[in-house]
Amino acid sequence: MIETKALTKMFEVKKADDIPAVVDLDLSIAQGEVFGFLGPNGAGKTTTVRLLTSLIGPTSGHAWVNGFEVGKEDQKIRSSVGVLTEHPGLYERLSGIKNLSIFANLYELEKPEKQVEKYLKMLGLWSRRNDPAGRFSRGMRQKLAIARALLHEPHVLFLDEPTSGLDPEAARLVRSFIEELGDQGRTIFMCTHNLHEADRLCDRIGIFNSRLFAIDTPENLRQEIYGRKVVFHLRFVDPTWINLIKDIEGVLDVQRVDQKLVLAMDDPERLNPQIIRTLVESGADIQFVGELRHSLEDIYLQTIEENEGESQ
Amino acid sequence: MNLKRIRTIIDKEWAEVFQNRMVLFTMIFMPLIFTILPLVILYFTGQEMGDMGGVGTADMPVEFLSTCASDMTEAECMQVFLVNRFLLLFMMMPVIIPVTIAAYSIVGEKTTHSLEPLLATPMTTFELLVGKSLAASLPAIFVGWISFGLFLAALPLIGVTKTVISYIAGPTWLLAIIVAGPLMAIASVNLAIFVSSRVNDPRTAEQISALFVVPIFGLLFAQLAGVIVINVMVMLSFIGGMVLVDIGMIYLGISIFQRENILTRWK
Repeated sequence: MIETKALTKMFEVKKADDIPAVVDLDLSIAQGEVFGFLGPNGAGKTTTVRLLTSLIGPTSGHAWVNGFEVGKEDQKIRSSVGVLTEHPGLYERLSGIKNLSIFANLYELEKPEKQVEKYLKMLGLWSRRNDPAGRFSRGMRQKLAIARALLHEPHVLFLDEPTSGLDPEAARLVRSFIEELGDQGRTIFMCTHNLHEADRLCDRIGIFNSRLFAIDTPENLRQEIYGRKVVFHLRFVDPTWINLIKDIEGVLDVQRVDQKLVLAMDDPERLNPQIIRTLVESGADIQFVGELRHSLEDIYLQTIEENEGESQ
Repeated sequence: MNLKRIRTIIDKEWAEVFQNRMVLFTMIFMPLIFTILPLVILYFTGQEMGDMGGVGTADMPVEFLSTCASDMTEAECMQVFLVNRFLLLFMMMPVIIPVTIAAYSIVGEKTTHSLEPLLATPMTTFELLVGKSLAASLPAIFVGWISFGLFLAALPLIGVTKTVISYIAGPTWLLAIIVAGPLMAIASVNLAIFVSSRVNDPRTAEQISALFVVPIFGLLFAQLAGVIVINVMVMLSFIGGMVLVDIGMIYLGISIFQRENILTRWK
């Protein structure tokens, strides 16, 4: 659905070196995948979306969206993708229904009124359809902008900061709608700063700062960076147990934190029963066992920090 | 070129722009003033000439006398001399009105961030530009024509003779209103597009684009000073010049109105 090969975009600056916005980006996003594109401000995320939606052209490299090549079949790309831009960019003096009708006509839909009605109803805006968009709350504006991006039923949807600036309730509404879109089998390319949101919604995540530093499922990224860790909560810890557990094949590291043992291992599903048996036989009272999950924020910050030099 | 998309852009522009009171004010108030002002002056000068028992052609530039038809009285020739100054007011309308609309329809999109979603549709840059240009130019052209129609209709009511009316409804004025006006509107809109790529807000675009009226003022002063006399030949030359200016402005407008420039450089 989306594929890029060494996609690069440099911005020319008079009397100065060109600014690299996107460098050698290699991506392959499958149909129906919800892909999270994470990166700090100014990382080039919006530029990437603009490249992939044929709004701007690459300096070098290639990209294909829906099978159409960027720079060669731009109009076909724009016909087949939906874009939620960073700013909703609504016509504030015009009603909600008029805002959508304009775009339904620009996409030359066969039954524009029906599509407009469908999405206004789906996003709960039907009762306010005749109000000027300028009177809408921020959440409603964002929903109207999402409806606009979906009118022509695109297979690929680009969402640039879909919940940015929304209150928690509006953000939750938008998130659940994105989940629904993902369930419908649409390919979603989502730029976001909200790491919790990305963790919850995205099948895979790319961490990007002009260059792509990491790309995988949130779970695999966790493992890749931190490995898998299991925490054993004990009534008390006898220091001799640490060496006993370290001797078990597959246990990579054992650390004591208060009355807890934190074990790094490759395959907890296989090793946990053996570790529990060893501890119980040694007289340990196990209160609780759980997997230590690093947040996506930890992963993101660690990746960005590790690659800070490279992005300069 | 997809006409449906162009129509949609025109429809959108008009729906948005005409909700702006300032634009409506410019579109109604200014043409009204420009139409009433010459009528009032013609009415009073007609009265004064009657009181003075007529004004001699000796008071007019020699070059102008060729403009007066042989069957015109001296008073009628004087009225034609006066009314020719107002021709430039009617020519200014299609320049000033679209600048206000273009400033809101093009630069306004920059400030409200609504241009990017529009550019993300399958519409071509050319369609967008044509739609926006027409949306700004057409109302100005029609307002100019309607004002001229009202002006013509009101002339007999203030006692202007048929000979003078037939001069006003003659080739010089018709060329000015029907041909030169739209050409000037096109140049003015494209200048607004050009300016909009360099400035940050609609007001600045409007002010800079409004400088386009300066050449018309130049024409007005040249006429007052007797340097030129507006007749069919002058008007045809002016139209020829405007065609060249339009070609240049359209070329400049299209070359600057590139998606990438708009999105990445229009700050």
